[in-house]
Amino acid sequence: MNIFIVIILGVLMLAAAGTALYMKSLSAAVIAAGAVSLLASVLYLLLAAPDVAMTEAAIGSALTTVVFLYALSRMRGTKKEDPRD
Amino acid sequence: MIKRFLAIIALLGAAAVLLPFVLNLPTEEALPELASKYIENAPGELGAANLVTSIIVTYRGLDTLGEVAVLFAATAAVGLLLKRTGNEVGVSHWKSSEILKSGGGFLFPLIILYGVYIFLHGHLTPGGGFQGGVVIATGFLLLLLSGSVDSFNHTVMSLVESLSGFAYVAVALAGLIWAAGFLDPRFLPQGDFGRLFSAGAIPVIYSLIGLKVGAELLGILDAMRCKVRREGVTA
Repeated sequence: MNIFIVIILGVLMLAAAGTALYMKSLSAAVIAAGAVSLLASVLYLLLAAPDVAMTEAAIGSALTTVVFLYALSRMRGTKKEDPRD
Repeated sequence: MIKRFLAIIALLGAAAVLLPFVLNLPTEEALPELASKYIENAPGELGAANLVTSIIVTYRGLDTLGEVAVLFAATAAVGLLLKRTGNEVGVSHWKSSEILKSGGGFLFPLIILYGVYIFLHGHLTPGGGFQGGVVIATGFLLLLLSGSVDSFNHTVMSLVESLSGFAYVAVALAGLIWAAGFLDPRFLPQGDFGRLFSAGAIPVIYSLIGLKVGAELLGILDAMRCKVRREGVTA
């Protein structure tokens, strides 16, 4: 049973990572990269490493995502002639 | 096209090199010698119910001190690169609703309480200073994002950060004087196994690390946010 959950989580992580690579919108790619971290933290919890899971959930999926989004909005602020904005 | 072909060739080559290691992965029957020594001796020596914490704070305490120093260097570099220039105060380019503000204000003390719980109980339950500090930083981040707070007091933040870093080294030196060595937490009484006030100075050290990490990460977030706001005003 456990091994199936681990396999499903791994496939979901690969899918989220692929989404992050091939997404046209940069902010959606950042969110997908955060989802990879969140799934990884569930995986760590299943592999009996709750300390690592907490670190991964808090830093990988929360703080890093926010820092990337801040950096992204800063780039949009400086590039005024960007046609996408 | 040729570039993609070369990339696929390189990937296949790397897979061929790494495949023998994966196939011949050794399966350990017993724990390595060092790990079994930790498991045998740590609860009796240190009195911490969480084995991971007793390794991180005590046996590998010098590594933890190094990690804190690396985090400090990273924060200092971010603060230096995104230095405030003074013309960015007070203007926000969005206005948050009352529901968002009240919800953020309601959740904020609960998140802070959870972060403090994580680092105070670092020697009993999973988690510790780093995790608790990050949770506290996300609590303050919620206040920023919901728009209930415009900026934080930088004097208080740097004061908390430098004082807790100083106190961490002071506790480590106290271990050198009154116990077996640098970062030895046994100069405080060991207490009953599994209680909140037990395991010597481990809760003190983890609380200091939690405060320091929280203040540092909040400093990074605040530096990035100020830059955003200034660009928004000038654009």
